[in-house]
Amino acid sequence: MYNFDFEKPSTVADAVTALASEDALALGGGQTLIPTIKQRLAAPSKLVSLSGISEMQGVSASGGSLHIGGATIHADVAADSHYPALSALAGNIGDPAVRNRGTIGGSLANNDPSSDYPAAALASGATINTNARSIAADDFFQGIFETALDEGEIITSVDFPVPDAACYKKFEQPASRFALVGVFVAKTAGGVRVAVTGASEEGVHRWTAAEDALNANFSADALDGLSVSSENLIGDLHGTPEYRAHLVKVLTARSVSDC
Amino acid sequence: MSSITMTVNGKTVSGEVEGRTLLSQFLRDDLKLTGTHIGCDTSQCGSCTVHVNGNAIKGCTMLAVEADGADVRTIEGMANDDGSLGIIQAAFQEHHGLQCGFCTPGMVMAAADLLEHNANPSEVEIRKHLSGNICRCTGYHNIIKSIQAAAAQLG
Amino acid sequence: MPKDSGIGASSKRREDVRYLTGRGQYTDDINSHNQTYAYFVRSDVAHGKINSIDTSEAEGMPGVLAIFTGDDFTEVGGNPAGWLINNRDGTPMKEPKRPVLAHGKVRHVGDAYAAVIAETYEQAVDAAEVIDADIEELPAIIDMADALANSDNRVHDEIDDNLCFDWGWIEDNRETVDQAIKNAPHVTTLELINNRLVPNAMEARASIGDYDPGTGDYKLTTTSQNPHLTKLLIAVFVMGIPEHKLTVIAPDVGGGFGSKIYHYGEEALVLAAAKKLGRPVKWAATRSEAFVSDAHGRDHVTKIELATELDGTFIAIRTDTLANVGAYLSNFSTATPTFLHGTLMAGNYTVPNVYVNVKTVFTNTAPVDAYRGAGRPEASFSIERVVDKCARELGIDAVELRRKNFIQPDQFPYTTPVALVYDTGDYDATMDKLHEIADIAGFEARKAESSARGKRRGLGIAHYIEACGIAPSNLVGQLGSRVGLYDAATVRVSPTGTISVMVGAHSHGQGHETSFAQVVADMLGIPEENVDIVHGDTSKIPFGMGTYGSRSLAVCGSAVVKATDKVVAKAKKIAAHLLEAGEGDIEFSDGQFSVAGTDKSIAWGDVTLAAYIPHNYPLEEIEPGLEETAFYDPANFTYPSGAYCCEVEVDEDTGKVDVMSFAAADDFGNVINPMIVEGQVHGGVAQGIGQALLENCVYDSEGQLLSGSYMDYAMPRADDLPNYTVDHSCVTPCTHNPLGVKGCGEAGAIGSPPAVINAVVDALSDLGVTHIDMPASPARVWAAIQAAK
Repeated sequence: MYNFDFEKPSTVADAVTALASEDALALGGGQTLIPTIKQRLAAPSKLVSLSGISEMQGVSASGGSLHIGGATIHADVAADSHYPALSALAGNIGDPAVRNRGTIGGSLANNDPSSDYPAAALASGATINTNARSIAADDFFQGIFETALDEGEIITSVDFPVPDAACYKKFEQPASRFALVGVFVAKTAGGVRVAVTGASEEGVHRWTAAEDALNANFSADALDGLSVSSENLIGDLHGTPEYRAHLVKVLTARSVSDC
Repeated sequence: MSSITMTVNGKTVSGEVEGRTLLSQFLRDDLKLTGTHIGCDTSQCGSCTVHVNGNAIKGCTMLAVEADGADVRTIEGMANDDGSLGIIQAAFQEHHGLQCGFCTPGMVMAAADLLEHNANPSEVEIRKHLSGNICRCTGYHNIIKSIQAAAAQLG
Repeated sequence: MPKDSGIGASSKRREDVRYLTGRGQYTDDINSHNQTYAYFVRSDVAHGKINSIDTSEAEGMPGVLAIFTGDDFTEVGGNPAGWLINNRDGTPMKEPKRPVLAHGKVRHVGDAYAAVIAETYEQAVDAAEVIDADIEELPAIIDMADALANSDNRVHDEIDDNLCFDWGWIEDNRETVDQAIKNAPHVTTLELINNRLVPNAMEARASIGDYDPGTGDYKLTTTSQNPHLTKLLIAVFVMGIPEHKLTVIAPDVGGGFGSKIYHYGEEALVLAAAKKLGRPVKWAATRSEAFVSDAHGRDHVTKIELATELDGTFIAIRTDTLANVGAYLSNFSTATPTFLHGTLMAGNYTVPNVYVNVKTVFTNTAPVDAYRGAGRPEASFSIERVVDKCARELGIDAVELRRKNFIQPDQFPYTTPVALVYDTGDYDATMDKLHEIADIAGFEARKAESSARGKRRGLGIAHYIEACGIAPSNLVGQLGSRVGLYDAATVRVSPTGTISVMVGAHSHGQGHETSFAQVVADMLGIPEENVDIVHGDTSKIPFGMGTYGSRSLAVCGSAVVKATDKVVAKAKKIAAHLLEAGEGDIEFSDGQFSVAGTDKSIAWGDVTLAAYIPHNYPLEEIEPGLEETAFYDPANFTYPSGAYCCEVEVDEDTGKVDVMSFAAADDFGNVINPMIVEGQVHGGVAQGIGQALLENCVYDSEGQLLSGSYMDYAMPRADDLPNYTVDHSCVTPCTHNPLGVKGCGEAGAIGSPPAVINAVVDALSDLGVTHIDMPASPARVWAAIQAAK
């Protein structure tokens, strides 16, 4: 790996300042970034660790919403009881050691097309808060590894409205254990939201046809007449676009059944 | 270079590291604690599993500077004070939970992490907890047995 | 009643203490004063012509000490194939040179064409990045059929059609088999792929070269399963070092599974670099490097035909196989698809006519060589899949069809049409035992229960045979082996009667330090802890051939027995002198020498002391000291066999296969340490389930490795696998080695893939699925269901 400078600020403001240097990168838990740097696929001049910023830590619930600090590790979200579907999702990311380092902010900022948190954020209608602004999940994810974040912008926290009912079903890619396809269904006062990860060349997205059908009749049967186009879906050695399209429907139905 | 200080297996240690120095490199190269092994470069095999502040992490995917001030435990700190095998280690020997021994330090550290957080895990819970630790030799059967036996003994 | 020590006891492994406390010394754990680091620059294209390699800028980089390219090794030899195979017409195979570093061309992604030695690893990598290699990319040769069809594009310019050899076994059978199949009332045909695998020992390869300019001695510390073989290859064939000036040490080695049998160019490079620099040179592969540079396994495409009478009596088997050898011949890569594969094609059955054709093909992929089972899993998979398919076609129960054709116990020794002589076995016994331990009678009830949960349950059975304990040197010599396959042991008794046993086998997970000590302790009636096993250092151990092919106990263990016998024979002479009795009257048991029919006796320790302090000693008849060496060359292969049963559940909606249970009833002959034997079966079965359901090494048409890390190569993990029910109580001892042992290291990986796939097909057969290729991944299973619908 190439060498880099390291800073560990204790406030968001200091982190923003540190990230102003050219080619500086924010370091969450590093569970994706460090392997990338090890392979020399990234060459930051400086890593700015967010793990020392206490205001970015922890999970708290109030008024039907869950507030999660951007530097909160997956294990801490998994241990929380206010939003069971989200905690279950967090408890199945990677493996236990990864969950003790990886953070929600890091995961959302990376927006890997096969990661789990983006599906939860999108389906829940979460708000991603940064040092500069608040961004609705619908506006945040902009294609694989692309987000609305500006350079140097830090996810300080995420607010999840807790739905009336929710469930995430992940079908794991056998090697990486990332989502070959994952579907998060959330039933909220404002309607049903269905978010799909792992499947699309365009990254996490909503399946609006399913949402319409489920708003009319929230049962797995409501999906019977629907089909998912394989166009723009990912094809690789673990599954064809057609297989992924099929899984989207299967997993949506299972999520609804288990909501 | 940064100066770091941490507690490793109960002893305070210090060193000078680069930003890029991994915790696993600091343990292996600077402290000569070579029981922490490197089995992959994508953070999946778990051979490098150590405890930082009481939780299992992958030593190859954490910067040494991030462990500044931390309490670190490695396989070298798992034996009893008299040098005899600790309960989990002894269970691995008793139940043949290792063959070539390469993944074993990480496996023992993952097992210890599990049992510290869940004293009486089911077989399914043990298997899930080991999903980030790859063993090529044992087929896991005897590793599961070893951890169950250790759990029973630790009560 | 289980014993608590010696032969047959589940003695706890002594090696575990160092592994469990972090005190194991694997190659990368060893650091030497003043050491330097090597980094290999590897091709990122599958096939290319090296026009030039400009290292000038790299040489000036900080910390750089030396840079090597293929040009530096044109004067030395190449890494040879260990077996010379002849074509069907009697002409020899093509044997291209395998250089230390690629020269002229790069032939696979990962082919090393330069090496940088620097003060630190990162400095070496930094310098490697500025090496300017002009490599003109050529079309990649990946698909075996295309490689044979396209003679214009060649992996090795001098080899037409990319064909290494076209082998017939046995060529004299060919016409008879063709006729038998043509005239048979029923022929079951199956085309199948034995998927390419990456061995993935958890310790990646590593090597440290050292050279002492004062003495001219070289020392290589390396991840090897057979240090003497590595030494021989490097000294004699690759580098031309006088053999006595090279020591090879294989310290603790973190698994091998075949991949560490072979000599690799990195080993020669670190030695050459150490000599040039006068400093130790260390190299440790990353996992990413291991994926592209270790020898891979399997990779066969096979058509098998089984001809039968309508009542299921087997008439003939014919197979046609394309076997990938990759870009270069690795040391065993020509033996694996031939003598370790074709010779097993009769299975456990009395099939009178068998013919095997194998064409081995060069491609722009990493070399392919022996991986746990090595040829025998491929044979077993072909046979046990086609037998299962045949049973369905004929409407005969698959177990009954097997039983009908099993070689019967009174037929041993049994000579197969493919030239092996099975010495002993009882296949109905293992099949009976399997039915008992797997509760096969209860399957229908379990199937109904699965069905109630919306899952399809299937049961698959396989009965394998393997030839292991390789092997008789005179036989393998006739078959083309360039080495002997004996093994060796020295038993050194100390004055106080404790023992060091130096063995040619190498333990990298198998527990030899414990099980070999059990044998010697049992024979001498002394405590196991008084016996130490020394292995892995060519300066300490006799010239043995190492560990692979489930041979350690059957071959090296037999040498241990023979050497111990010699020690006892000499000790009896000493005891006779001390007891003032005739040698013929001396009896030895439980560590005591006694005079038959008297109460006179003397303890082991008194005799050993006398051997080294020979004051009262028959010096005119025998020499002082008590140390004996024996070499053992077996009379035949050993033939473990066993019956395996797998039950799976298939989720029809997703194609996901879950292994619900796995049972193995093996006949390994006599067993030294049941705990270790069971562990070997567990591990083998896990690798077999991995092959059947998860693992797949895939190159794209450009020769890029798509499954180049654990992100895409699915290693079996704890939650992928079940507990295993294993049994080894069916025992027909090997008839020709002193321990009556057969070997157990590979069995699990040989018997399990067909059992798993037979189970998956069983679960889906009522949909019309008749075959599914490995790995039966969710996507493949789902696609097979869709295609059948």
